[in-house]
Amino acid sequence: MKKKTTMTVTDIRFLAEGICSMTLKYPENAAPEEVRPGQFAGLYPNDPSKLLPRPISICRFDPEKKELRFVFRTAGAGTLSLAAQKTGDTVDMLGLLGNGYDIEKLAGKRVLLLGGGIGIPPMLELAAALFKEPGTDVTAAMGYRDRDMFLTEELRRYARLLIATEDGSAGTKGNVLDAVRANAVEADVVCACGPMPMLRAVKRFAREAGIPAYLSLEERMACGVGACLGCVTKTAKVDGHSHVRNARICTEGPVFDAEEVEIG
Amino acid sequence: MSSNGIAKTGKPDLSVEIAGVTFKNPVMTASGTFGSGMEYSEFVDLNRLGAVVTKGVANVPWEGNPTPRVAEVYGGMLNAIGLQNPGIDVFIERDLAFLTQFDTKVIVNVCGHTEEEYLEVVERLADQPADMLEINVSCPNVKQGAIQFGQDPKCLSEITEKIKRIAKQPVIMKLTPNVTDIAEMARAAEAGGADAISLINTITGMKIDIEKRRFVLANKTGGLSGPAIKPVAVRMVWQAAQAVKIPIIGMGGIASAEDAVEFMLAGATAVAVGAMNFHDPCLTVKVIDGIGQYLTRHSIAAAKELTGAVL
Repeated sequence: MKKKTTMTVTDIRFLAEGICSMTLKYPENAAPEEVRPGQFAGLYPNDPSKLLPRPISICRFDPEKKELRFVFRTAGAGTLSLAAQKTGDTVDMLGLLGNGYDIEKLAGKRVLLLGGGIGIPPMLELAAALFKEPGTDVTAAMGYRDRDMFLTEELRRYARLLIATEDGSAGTKGNVLDAVRANAVEADVVCACGPMPMLRAVKRFAREAGIPAYLSLEERMACGVGACLGCVTKTAKVDGHSHVRNARICTEGPVFDAEEVEIG
Repeated sequence: MSSNGIAKTGKPDLSVEIAGVTFKNPVMTASGTFGSGMEYSEFVDLNRLGAVVTKGVANVPWEGNPTPRVAEVYGGMLNAIGLQNPGIDVFIERDLAFLTQFDTKVIVNVCGHTEEEYLEVVERLADQPADMLEINVSCPNVKQGAIQFGQDPKCLSEITEKIKRIAKQPVIMKLTPNVTDIAEMARAAEAGGADAISLINTITGMKIDIEKRRFVLANKTGGLSGPAIKPVAVRMVWQAAQAVKIPIIGMGGIASAEDAVEFMLAGATAVAVGAMNFHDPCLTVKVIDGIGQYLTRHSIAAAKELTGAVL
Protein backbone atom coordinates (compact mmCIF):
# COMPACT_ATOMS: atom_id res chain seq x y z
CA MET A 1 0.00 0.00 0.00
CA LYS A 2 1.09 3.57 -0.70
CA LYS A 3 1.30 6.17 2.03
CA LYS A 4 2.62 9.64 2.66
CA THR A 5 6.42 9.84 2.56
CA THR A 6 8.25 11.70 5.29
CA MET A 7 10.92 13.67 3.47
CA THR A 8 13.81 15.58 5.00
CA VAL A 9 14.74 19.11 3.98
CA THR A 10 18.34 19.16 2.71
CA ASP A 11 18.33 22.64 1.22
CA ILE A 12 15.96 25.58 1.48
CA ARG A 13 16.44 29.13 0.26
CA PHE A 14 14.76 31.96 -1.56
CA LEU A 15 15.76 32.41 -5.22
CA ALA A 16 13.86 35.64 -5.77
CA GLU A 17 11.25 37.62 -3.91
CA GLY A 18 8.54 35.19 -2.82
CA ILE A 19 10.13 32.28 -4.71
CA CYS A 20 11.32 29.49 -2.44
CA SER A 21 13.49 26.53 -3.44
CA MET A 22 13.19 23.48 -1.20
CA THR A 23 15.04 20.22 -1.72
CA LEU A 24 13.62 17.15 -0.02
CA LYS A 25 15.39 13.86 0.48
CA TYR A 26 13.62 10.52 0.53
CA PRO A 27 14.11 8.28 3.57
CA GLU A 28 17.17 6.02 3.43
CA ASN A 29 15.19 2.84 2.73
CA ALA A 30 12.90 4.39 0.10
CA ALA A 31 13.02 3.52 -3.56
CA PRO A 32 11.97 6.78 -5.21
CA GLU A 33 9.56 6.58 -8.12
CA GLU A 34 10.94 7.69 -11.48
CA VAL A 35 9.73 11.25 -12.14
CA ARG A 36 7.91 12.16 -15.33
CA PRO A 37 8.54 15.88 -15.91
CA GLY A 38 5.37 17.85 -15.22
CA GLN A 39 4.35 15.65 -12.31
CA PHE A 40 3.77 17.18 -8.91
CA ALA A 41 3.58 16.17 -5.29
CA GLY A 42 1.35 17.19 -2.42
CA LEU A 43 3.39 18.82 0.32
CA TYR A 44 1.82 19.09 3.76
CA PRO A 45 2.56 22.22 5.81
CA ASN A 46 3.71 21.38 9.35
CA ASP A 47 0.75 23.26 10.79
CA PRO A 48 -2.21 21.40 12.29
CA SER A 49 -4.63 24.11 11.17
CA LYS A 50 -3.82 23.19 7.55
CA LEU A 51 -5.33 19.96 6.30
CA LEU A 52 -4.61 19.90 2.64
CA PRO A 53 -1.48 19.04 0.72
CA ARG A 54 -0.10 21.87 -1.44
CA PRO A 55 0.20 20.70 -5.05
CA ILE A 56 3.71 21.72 -6.10
CA SER A 57 5.36 20.74 -9.34
CA ILE A 58 8.65 18.91 -9.38
CA CYS A 59 11.47 21.17 -10.49
CA ARG A 60 14.24 18.59 -10.38
CA PHE A 61 14.76 14.97 -9.46
CA ASP A 62 18.15 13.60 -8.49
CA PRO A 63 17.90 9.80 -8.40
CA GLU A 64 21.48 9.45 -7.12
CA LYS A 65 20.93 11.64 -4.09
CA LYS A 66 17.28 10.54 -3.82
CA GLU A 67 16.21 14.17 -3.77
CA LEU A 68 13.32 16.12 -5.19
CA ARG A 69 13.58 19.85 -5.65
CA PHE A 70 10.52 22.07 -5.48
CA VAL A 71 10.44 25.74 -6.36
CA PHE A 72 7.24 27.45 -5.32
CA ARG A 73 5.73 30.85 -4.71
CA THR A 74 4.81 31.73 -1.15
CA ALA A 75 1.25 32.55 -2.05
CA GLY A 76 -0.49 32.02 1.27
CA ALA A 77 -0.15 30.77 4.82
CA GLY A 78 0.46 27.15 3.76
CA THR A 79 3.31 27.82 1.35
CA LEU A 80 4.76 30.38 3.78
CA SER A 81 4.82 27.70 6.44
CA LEU A 82 6.58 25.32 4.04
CA ALA A 83 9.11 28.02 3.20
CA ALA A 84 9.81 28.49 6.91
CA GLN A 85 11.15 24.93 7.27
CA LYS A 86 14.82 24.53 8.04
CA THR A 87 17.42 22.07 6.81
CA GLY A 88 16.88 18.83 8.70
CA ASP A 89 13.14 19.40 9.21
CA THR A 90 10.74 16.84 7.83
CA VAL A 91 7.90 17.45 5.37
CA ASP A 92 5.21 14.90 4.61
CA MET A 93 4.68 14.33 0.93
CA LEU A 94 1.86 12.72 -1.04
CA GLY A 95 2.79 11.41 -4.42
CA LEU A 96 4.25 11.67 -7.04
CA LEU A 97 0.95 12.77 -8.55
CA GLY A 98 -0.37 13.49 -12.02
CA ASN A 99 0.51 12.38 -15.52
CA GLY A 100 3.43 14.56 -16.59
CA TYR A 101 4.64 15.26 -20.13
CA ASP A 102 4.90 12.44 -22.63
CA ILE A 103 8.58 12.54 -23.61
CA GLU A 104 7.97 10.24 -26.56
CA LYS A 105 5.82 12.89 -28.20
CA LEU A 106 8.63 15.44 -27.84
CA ALA A 107 11.80 13.47 -28.50
CA GLY A 108 13.65 14.28 -31.72
CA LYS A 109 11.64 17.46 -32.30
CA ARG A 110 12.12 21.19 -32.03
CA VAL A 111 10.49 21.72 -28.66
CA LEU A 112 9.50 25.12 -27.34
CA LEU A 113 9.16 25.28 -23.56
CA LEU A 114 7.18 28.20 -22.21
CA GLY A 115 7.07 29.05 -18.54
CA GLY A 116 5.41 31.99 -16.89
CA GLY A 117 6.26 32.94 -13.31
CA ILE A 118 5.76 30.00 -11.02
CA GLY A 119 5.10 27.89 -14.14
CA ILE A 120 8.85 27.99 -14.80
CA PRO A 121 10.09 25.36 -12.29
CA PRO A 122 8.57 22.23 -13.92
CA MET A 123 10.14 23.32 -17.22
CA LEU A 124 13.59 22.70 -15.76
CA GLU A 125 12.97 19.00 -15.19
CA LEU A 126 11.40 18.79 -18.65
CA ALA A 127 14.36 20.57 -20.28
CA ALA A 128 16.76 18.22 -18.49
CA ALA A 129 14.81 15.16 -19.66
CA LEU A 130 14.72 16.38 -23.27
CA PHE A 131 18.44 17.19 -23.15
CA LYS A 132 19.06 13.44 -22.97
CA GLU A 133 16.93 12.76 -26.06
CA PRO A 134 19.03 12.64 -29.22
CA GLY A 135 18.11 15.07 -31.97
CA THR A 136 15.90 17.13 -29.71
CA ASP A 137 16.30 20.88 -29.99
CA VAL A 138 14.97 22.74 -26.97
CA THR A 139 14.26 26.45 -26.75
CA ALA A 140 12.95 27.69 -23.43
CA ALA A 141 11.21 31.06 -23.23
CA MET A 142 10.63 32.07 -19.65
CA GLY A 143 8.57 34.99 -18.49
CA TYR A 144 9.35 36.94 -15.33
CA ARG A 145 7.88 40.02 -13.75
CA ASP A 146 11.25 41.79 -13.73
CA ARG A 147 15.01 41.12 -13.54
CA ASP A 148 14.53 39.38 -10.17
CA MET A 149 14.74 36.06 -12.00
CA PHE A 150 15.27 32.45 -10.92
CA LEU A 151 16.48 29.12 -12.41
CA THR A 152 17.97 30.84 -15.46
CA GLU A 153 21.44 29.34 -14.95
CA GLU A 154 20.07 25.83 -14.61
CA LEU A 155 17.82 26.21 -17.64
CA ARG A 156 20.77 27.35 -19.77
CA ARG A 157 22.46 24.00 -19.12
CA TYR A 158 19.76 22.18 -21.04
CA ALA A 159 18.18 24.66 -23.44
CA ARG A 160 18.58 27.80 -25.46
CA LEU A 161 17.08 30.31 -23.05
CA LEU A 162 15.00 33.33 -24.01
CA ILE A 163 13.78 35.71 -21.37
CA ALA A 164 10.79 38.00 -21.24
CA THR A 165 10.08 40.45 -18.45
CA GLU A 166 6.93 42.47 -17.94
CA ASP A 167 8.89 45.63 -17.25
CA GLY A 168 11.57 45.04 -19.87
CA SER A 169 14.37 45.05 -17.29
CA ALA A 170 15.76 41.83 -18.82
CA GLY A 171 15.25 40.09 -22.16
CA THR A 172 12.29 40.99 -24.32
CA LYS A 173 9.79 43.39 -22.80
CA GLY A 174 6.46 41.65 -22.65
CA ASN A 175 5.40 38.04 -22.30
CA VAL A 176 6.94 34.74 -23.38
CA LEU A 177 5.24 34.84 -26.77
CA ASP A 178 6.68 38.28 -27.40
CA ALA A 179 10.11 36.76 -26.75
CA VAL A 180 9.35 33.86 -29.10
CA ARG A 181 8.28 36.22 -31.89
CA ALA A 182 11.17 38.64 -31.34
CA ASN A 183 13.59 35.75 -31.77
CA ALA A 184 11.67 34.14 -34.66
CA VAL A 185 11.70 30.75 -32.92
CA GLU A 186 10.45 27.86 -34.98
CA ALA A 187 9.10 24.82 -33.21
CA ASP A 188 7.34 21.53 -33.88
CA VAL A 189 5.66 21.35 -30.49
CA VAL A 190 5.03 23.56 -27.46
CA CYS A 191 4.94 22.73 -23.75
CA ALA A 192 3.69 25.42 -21.42
CA CYS A 193 3.03 26.07 -17.77
CA GLY A 194 1.92 29.39 -16.36
CA PRO A 195 -1.05 31.58 -15.57
CA MET A 196 -4.32 30.97 -17.41
CA PRO A 197 -4.15 34.08 -19.69
CA MET A 198 -0.73 32.89 -20.86
CA LEU A 199 -2.00 29.36 -21.50
CA ARG A 200 -4.91 30.71 -23.52
CA ALA A 201 -2.48 32.74 -25.63
CA VAL A 202 -0.23 29.69 -26.06
CA LYS A 203 -3.18 27.63 -27.24
CA ARG A 204 -4.00 30.26 -29.89
CA PHE A 205 -0.33 30.56 -30.85
CA ALA A 206 0.03 26.80 -31.36
CA ARG A 207 -3.21 26.61 -33.31
CA GLU A 208 -2.06 29.38 -35.65
CA ALA A 209 1.32 27.68 -36.05
CA GLY A 210 -0.42 24.36 -36.67
CA ILE A 211 1.60 22.57 -34.00
CA PRO A 212 0.54 20.62 -30.92
CA ALA A 213 0.68 22.26 -27.50
CA TYR A 214 0.76 20.53 -24.15
CA LEU A 215 -0.42 22.68 -21.27
CA SER A 216 0.12 22.10 -17.60
CA LEU A 217 -2.94 23.35 -15.73
CA GLU A 218 -3.36 24.51 -12.18
CA GLU A 219 -6.43 24.56 -9.96
CA ARG A 220 -7.22 24.58 -6.26
CA MET A 221 -6.96 20.98 -5.15
CA ALA A 222 -8.01 19.01 -2.13
CA CYS A 223 -7.30 15.26 -2.26
CA GLY A 224 -4.76 15.19 -5.11
CA VAL A 225 -5.67 11.63 -6.04
CA GLY A 226 -8.85 12.05 -8.07
CA ALA A 227 -11.41 11.32 -5.37
CA CYS A 228 -12.89 14.70 -4.46
CA LEU A 229 -13.44 16.17 -7.95
CA GLY A 230 -12.31 19.57 -6.71
CA CYS A 231 -9.80 20.38 -9.45
CA VAL A 232 -11.51 19.90 -12.77
CA THR A 233 -11.05 21.54 -16.14
CA LYS A 234 -13.63 21.77 -18.90
CA THR A 235 -12.84 19.37 -21.70
CA ALA A 236 -13.83 19.29 -25.36
CA LYS A 237 -15.06 15.71 -25.11
CA VAL A 238 -16.83 13.73 -22.41
CA ASP A 239 -14.32 12.80 -19.71
CA GLY A 240 -13.55 9.21 -18.76
CA HIS A 241 -14.39 9.55 -15.09
CA SER A 242 -17.68 11.39 -14.62
CA HIS A 243 -18.82 11.20 -18.23
CA VAL A 244 -19.51 14.91 -18.32
CA ARG A 245 -16.90 17.31 -19.69
CA ASN A 246 -14.76 17.79 -16.62
CA ALA A 247 -11.37 16.10 -16.41
CA ARG A 248 -9.58 15.92 -13.07
CA ILE A 249 -6.43 18.02 -13.25
CA CYS A 250 -4.74 16.02 -10.48
CA THR A 251 -5.29 12.68 -12.17
CA GLU A 252 -5.95 13.04 -15.90
CA GLY A 253 -3.61 16.05 -15.84
CA PRO A 254 -2.01 18.32 -14.97
CA VAL A 255 -0.68 18.10 -18.56
CA PHE A 256 -3.30 18.19 -21.28
CA ASP A 257 -3.25 18.48 -25.05
CA ALA A 258 -4.42 22.06 -25.57
CA GLU A 259 -7.10 20.90 -27.98
CA GLU A 260 -8.59 18.61 -25.33
CA VAL A 261 -9.30 21.34 -22.81
CA GLU A 262 -11.69 24.28 -23.02
CA ILE A 263 -9.86 27.03 -21.25
CA GLY A 264 -11.73 29.86 -22.96
CA MET B 1 -18.85 2.00 30.69
CA SER B 2 -19.35 -1.69 31.14
CA SER B 3 -16.60 -4.20 31.15
CA ASN B 4 -16.75 -7.94 31.43
CA GLY B 5 -13.10 -8.77 31.19
CA ILE B 6 -13.25 -10.38 27.74
CA ALA B 7 -11.09 -7.63 26.35
CA LYS B 8 -8.32 -8.63 28.72
CA THR B 9 -7.93 -12.02 27.09
CA GLY B 10 -8.91 -11.56 23.48
CA LYS B 11 -9.20 -8.92 20.82
CA PRO B 12 -12.15 -6.62 21.30
CA ASP B 13 -15.13 -7.16 19.02
CA LEU B 14 -15.24 -4.21 16.63
CA SER B 15 -18.36 -5.27 14.75
CA VAL B 16 -21.52 -3.21 14.80
CA GLU B 17 -24.96 -3.74 13.36
CA ILE B 18 -27.23 -1.29 11.60
CA ALA B 19 -30.65 -2.31 10.29
CA GLY B 20 -29.71 -5.98 10.13
CA VAL B 21 -26.43 -5.32 8.30
CA THR B 22 -23.29 -6.34 10.20
CA PHE B 23 -20.20 -4.22 9.69
CA LYS B 24 -16.81 -5.67 10.64
CA ASN B 25 -15.98 -2.40 12.38
CA PRO B 26 -17.69 0.95 12.86
CA VAL B 27 -15.48 2.92 10.47
CA MET B 28 -16.83 4.05 7.11
CA THR B 29 -15.83 6.67 4.58
CA ALA B 30 -17.90 9.84 4.36
CA SER B 31 -19.61 10.29 1.03
CA GLY B 32 -17.78 12.52 -1.41
CA THR B 33 -14.40 12.21 0.27
CA PHE B 34 -13.44 8.76 -0.96
CA GLY B 35 -14.74 8.60 -4.53
CA SER B 36 -15.95 5.07 -5.06
CA GLY B 37 -12.95 3.67 -3.26
CA MET B 38 -10.93 3.14 -6.41
CA GLU B 39 -8.72 6.20 -6.01
CA TYR B 40 -7.85 5.36 -2.41
CA SER B 41 -7.45 1.62 -2.93
CA GLU B 42 -3.72 2.22 -3.47
CA PHE B 43 -3.52 3.66 0.04
CA VAL B 44 -6.10 1.65 1.96
CA ASP B 45 -6.86 -2.06 1.92
CA LEU B 46 -10.58 -1.62 1.36
CA ASN B 47 -11.15 -5.02 2.96
CA ARG B 48 -10.29 -3.42 6.27
CA LEU B 49 -13.12 -0.89 6.20
CA GLY B 50 -16.48 -1.24 7.89
CA ALA B 51 -18.02 0.19 4.76
CA VAL B 52 -17.25 2.29 1.75
CA VAL B 53 -19.83 5.03 1.35
CA THR B 54 -19.68 6.15 -2.25
CA LYS B 55 -19.83 9.64 -3.66
CA GLY B 56 -23.39 10.74 -4.42
CA VAL B 57 -24.85 9.31 -7.60
CA ALA B 58 -27.79 10.70 -9.55
CA ASN B 59 -29.99 9.27 -12.30
CA VAL B 60 -27.89 10.95 -15.00
CA PRO B 61 -24.36 12.43 -15.06
CA TRP B 62 -23.99 15.77 -13.27
CA GLU B 63 -21.40 18.34 -14.26
CA GLY B 64 -21.15 19.98 -10.88
CA ASN B 65 -20.19 23.57 -10.18
CA PRO B 66 -17.60 25.82 -11.83
CA THR B 67 -14.11 26.02 -10.27
CA PRO B 68 -12.67 26.97 -7.83
CA ARG B 69 -14.60 24.29 -5.99
CA VAL B 70 -12.45 23.94 -2.88
CA ALA B 71 -10.77 26.26 -0.41
CA GLU B 72 -8.90 25.69 2.80
CA VAL B 73 -9.90 27.44 6.02
CA TYR B 74 -8.55 27.25 9.55
CA GLY B 75 -8.89 23.65 10.68
CA GLY B 76 -11.07 22.69 7.77
CA MET B 77 -12.02 23.18 4.16
CA LEU B 78 -14.88 24.45 2.07
CA ASN B 79 -16.17 22.59 -0.93
CA ALA B 80 -18.74 23.34 -3.57
CA ILE B 81 -18.21 20.45 -5.94
CA GLY B 82 -21.89 20.39 -6.83
CA LEU B 83 -22.11 16.59 -6.82
CA GLN B 84 -20.35 15.95 -10.10
CA ASN B 85 -21.02 12.28 -10.80
CA PRO B 86 -21.18 9.88 -13.74
CA GLY B 87 -24.81 8.89 -13.27
CA ILE B 88 -26.24 5.59 -12.13
CA ASP B 89 -25.47 3.55 -15.28
CA VAL B 90 -21.72 4.10 -15.25
CA PHE B 91 -21.75 3.87 -11.46
CA ILE B 92 -23.29 0.40 -11.51
CA GLU B 93 -21.12 -0.85 -14.35
CA ARG B 94 -17.83 0.49 -13.12
CA ASP B 95 -17.85 1.65 -9.50
CA LEU B 96 -20.20 -0.85 -7.92
CA ALA B 97 -18.59 -3.69 -9.88
CA PHE B 98 -15.20 -2.57 -8.57
CA LEU B 99 -16.39 -2.47 -4.97
CA THR B 100 -17.92 -5.93 -5.01
CA GLN B 101 -14.38 -7.35 -5.24
CA PHE B 102 -13.79 -6.36 -1.64
CA ASP B 103 -14.93 -7.83 1.62
CA THR B 104 -16.50 -4.62 2.88
CA LYS B 105 -20.03 -3.30 2.98
CA VAL B 106 -21.07 -0.89 0.27
CA ILE B 107 -23.34 2.03 1.03
CA VAL B 108 -24.45 3.94 -2.03
CA ASN B 109 -25.08 7.63 -1.55
CA VAL B 110 -28.00 8.81 -3.67
CA CYS B 111 -28.62 12.37 -4.81
CA GLY B 112 -31.20 14.14 -6.92
CA HIS B 113 -32.83 17.48 -7.65
CA THR B 114 -36.38 16.20 -7.45
CA GLU B 115 -38.24 13.41 -5.73
CA GLU B 116 -38.50 11.57 -9.06
CA GLU B 117 -34.75 11.67 -9.55
CA TYR B 118 -34.06 10.18 -6.12
CA LEU B 119 -36.66 7.48 -6.68
CA GLU B 120 -35.26 6.59 -10.07
CA VAL B 121 -31.80 5.95 -8.61
CA VAL B 122 -33.19 3.97 -5.67
CA GLU B 123 -35.19 1.85 -8.09
CA ARG B 124 -32.18 1.21 -10.33
CA LEU B 125 -30.22 0.03 -7.29
CA ALA B 126 -32.91 -2.45 -6.20
CA ASP B 127 -31.24 -5.50 -7.75
CA GLN B 128 -27.69 -4.26 -7.30
CA PRO B 129 -25.05 -5.42 -4.81
CA ALA B 130 -25.40 -2.44 -2.46
CA ASP B 131 -25.78 -3.20 1.23
CA MET B 132 -27.45 0.06 2.17
CA LEU B 133 -28.50 3.35 0.64
CA GLU B 134 -27.66 6.74 2.05
CA ILE B 135 -29.93 9.48 0.82
CA ASN B 136 -28.29 12.86 0.45
CA VAL B 137 -31.10 15.28 1.12
CA SER B 138 -28.67 17.74 2.57
CA CYS B 139 -26.04 18.91 0.11
CA PRO B 140 -25.62 22.64 0.68
CA ASN B 141 -24.28 23.18 -2.83
CA VAL B 142 -27.20 21.79 -4.77
CA LYS B 143 -30.66 23.23 -4.44
CA GLN B 144 -33.91 22.98 -6.23
CA GLY B 145 -36.19 25.76 -5.16
CA ALA B 146 -35.55 27.72 -2.02
CA ILE B 147 -34.93 24.92 0.40
CA GLN B 148 -33.36 21.50 0.54
CA PHE B 149 -35.52 18.48 1.29
CA GLY B 150 -33.50 18.05 4.43
CA GLN B 151 -34.38 21.44 5.87
CA ASP B 152 -38.10 20.93 6.19
CA PRO B 153 -39.34 18.15 8.50
CA LYS B 154 -42.48 17.51 6.48
CA CYS B 155 -40.56 17.23 3.19
CA LEU B 156 -37.95 15.05 4.83
CA SER B 157 -40.52 12.71 6.28
CA GLU B 158 -42.39 12.46 2.98
CA ILE B 159 -39.39 11.74 0.81
CA THR B 160 -38.15 9.18 3.32
CA GLU B 161 -41.50 7.43 3.15
CA LYS B 162 -41.53 7.37 -0.65
CA ILE B 163 -38.00 6.04 -0.83
CA LYS B 164 -38.69 3.40 1.79
CA ARG B 165 -41.68 2.19 -0.23
CA ILE B 166 -39.48 1.18 -3.18
CA ALA B 167 -36.03 0.64 -1.66
CA LYS B 168 -34.82 -2.94 -1.46
CA GLN B 169 -31.96 -2.01 0.86
CA PRO B 170 -32.08 -0.38 4.30
CA VAL B 171 -32.18 3.40 4.01
CA ILE B 172 -30.00 5.93 5.81
CA MET B 173 -31.13 9.53 5.62
CA LYS B 174 -28.18 11.94 5.73
CA LEU B 175 -29.06 15.03 7.69
CA THR B 176 -27.89 18.58 7.22
CA PRO B 177 -26.67 20.60 10.17
CA ASN B 178 -28.02 23.75 8.53
CA VAL B 179 -31.24 23.64 10.54
CA THR B 180 -32.49 25.13 13.77
CA ASP B 181 -33.42 21.88 15.45
CA ILE B 182 -31.57 18.72 14.45
CA ALA B 183 -33.68 16.58 16.79
CA GLU B 184 -36.81 17.51 14.86
CA MET B 185 -35.14 16.45 11.60
CA ALA B 186 -33.98 13.18 13.12
CA ARG B 187 -37.53 12.48 14.29
CA ALA B 188 -38.91 13.37 10.85
CA ALA B 189 -36.59 10.84 9.19
CA GLU B 190 -37.52 8.20 11.73
CA ALA B 191 -41.22 8.94 11.28
CA GLY B 192 -40.79 8.49 7.52
CA GLY B 193 -39.42 5.01 8.14
CA ALA B 194 -35.67 5.59 7.84
CA ASP B 195 -33.62 2.63 9.05
CA ALA B 196 -30.82 4.91 10.20
CA ILE B 197 -29.63 8.49 9.99
CA SER B 198 -26.19 9.88 9.29
CA LEU B 199 -24.98 13.28 10.35
CA ILE B 200 -23.62 15.79 9.88
CA ASN B 201 -23.29 16.88 6.29
CA THR B 202 -21.21 20.03 5.82
CA ILE B 203 -22.03 23.38 7.40
CA THR B 204 -22.59 26.18 4.89
CA GLY B 205 -19.66 28.56 4.93
CA MET B 206 -17.86 31.20 2.90
CA LYS B 207 -14.38 32.54 2.27
CA ILE B 208 -13.49 35.89 0.76
CA ASP B 209 -10.14 36.81 -0.78
CA ILE B 210 -9.65 40.27 0.69
CA GLU B 211 -6.83 41.21 -1.68
CA LYS B 212 -8.84 40.45 -4.80
CA ARG B 213 -12.15 41.31 -3.07
CA ARG B 214 -13.68 38.18 -4.50
CA PHE B 215 -15.34 35.06 -3.19
CA VAL B 216 -12.82 32.24 -3.20
CA LEU B 217 -15.35 29.66 -4.38
CA ALA B 218 -17.05 30.13 -7.73
CA ASN B 219 -20.26 29.06 -5.97
CA LYS B 220 -19.64 31.78 -3.32
CA THR B 221 -20.82 29.49 -0.52
CA GLY B 222 -19.55 26.00 0.21
CA GLY B 223 -19.78 23.23 2.75
CA LEU B 224 -17.40 23.42 5.68
CA SER B 225 -15.84 20.15 6.79
CA GLY B 226 -12.81 19.03 8.76
CA PRO B 227 -11.82 19.23 12.44
CA ALA B 228 -13.30 22.75 12.70
CA ILE B 229 -16.82 21.29 12.66
CA LYS B 230 -16.30 18.35 15.00
CA PRO B 231 -17.74 19.87 18.20
CA VAL B 232 -20.89 20.89 16.32
CA ALA B 233 -21.20 17.39 14.87
CA VAL B 234 -20.71 15.66 18.22
CA ARG B 235 -23.35 17.90 19.79
CA MET B 236 -25.82 17.17 16.98
CA VAL B 237 -25.23 13.42 17.14
CA TRP B 238 -25.89 13.58 20.87
CA GLN B 239 -29.11 15.57 20.33
CA ALA B 240 -30.30 13.23 17.59
CA ALA B 241 -29.46 10.19 19.72
CA GLN B 242 -31.82 11.41 22.39
CA ALA B 243 -34.58 12.06 19.87
CA VAL B 244 -34.70 8.76 17.95
CA LYS B 245 -34.31 5.02 18.42
CA ILE B 246 -32.83 4.26 14.97
CA PRO B 247 -29.04 3.93 14.70
CA ILE B 248 -26.88 6.92 13.93
CA ILE B 249 -23.75 7.13 11.79
CA GLY B 250 -21.71 10.04 13.11
CA MET B 251 -19.34 12.18 11.10
CA GLY B 252 -17.81 15.62 10.96
CA GLY B 253 -14.10 16.28 11.23
CA ILE B 254 -12.96 12.90 12.50
CA ALA B 255 -9.17 12.94 12.50
CA SER B 256 -8.33 10.14 14.92
CA ALA B 257 -9.63 7.10 16.77
CA GLU B 258 -10.23 9.35 19.78
CA ASP B 259 -12.55 11.50 17.68
CA ALA B 260 -14.39 8.39 16.48
CA VAL B 261 -14.84 7.17 20.07
CA GLU B 262 -16.20 10.59 21.01
CA PHE B 263 -18.90 10.30 18.35
CA MET B 264 -19.81 6.81 19.53
CA LEU B 265 -20.04 7.89 23.14
CA ALA B 266 -22.35 10.68 21.99
CA GLY B 267 -24.66 8.10 20.47
CA ALA B 268 -23.30 6.97 17.12
CA THR B 269 -23.32 3.28 16.23
CA ALA B 270 -20.79 3.84 13.47
CA VAL B 271 -18.68 6.72 12.22
CA ALA B 272 -17.39 8.05 8.93
CA VAL B 273 -14.02 9.63 8.13
CA GLY B 274 -14.38 12.50 5.65
CA ALA B 275 -12.23 15.50 4.80
CA MET B 276 -9.31 14.17 6.82
CA ASN B 277 -8.82 11.44 4.23
CA PHE B 278 -7.28 14.29 2.24
CA HIS B 279 -4.85 14.98 5.06
CA ASP B 280 -3.90 11.35 5.42
CA PRO B 281 -5.11 8.88 2.81
CA CYS B 282 -4.42 6.03 5.24
CA LEU B 283 -6.45 7.56 8.08
CA THR B 284 -9.41 5.16 8.03
CA VAL B 285 -7.25 2.16 8.90
CA LYS B 286 -5.49 4.11 11.66
CA VAL B 287 -8.89 4.98 13.16
CA ILE B 288 -9.96 1.32 13.07
CA ASP B 289 -6.77 0.17 14.77
CA GLY B 290 -6.98 2.99 17.29
CA ILE B 291 -10.53 2.11 18.30
CA GLY B 292 -9.35 -1.43 18.98
CA GLN B 293 -6.52 -0.09 21.13
CA TYR B 294 -8.90 2.18 23.03
CA LEU B 295 -11.21 -0.74 23.77
CA THR B 296 -8.31 -2.87 24.97
CA ARG B 297 -6.93 -0.05 27.10
CA HIS B 298 -10.33 0.41 28.75
CA SER B 299 -11.07 -3.32 28.97
CA ILE B 300 -14.20 -2.96 26.87
CA ALA B 301 -15.18 -6.14 25.07
CA ALA B 302 -17.04 -4.69 22.12
CA ALA B 303 -17.19 -1.44 20.15
CA LYS B 304 -20.97 -1.45 20.33
CA GLU B 305 -20.74 -0.88 24.06
CA LEU B 306 -19.49 2.63 23.32
CA THR B 307 -22.66 3.76 21.60
CA GLY B 308 -24.41 6.36 23.70
CA ALA B 309 -22.40 5.47 26.77
CA VAL B 310 -22.37 9.06 28.02
CA LEU B 311 -26.07 9.75 27.47
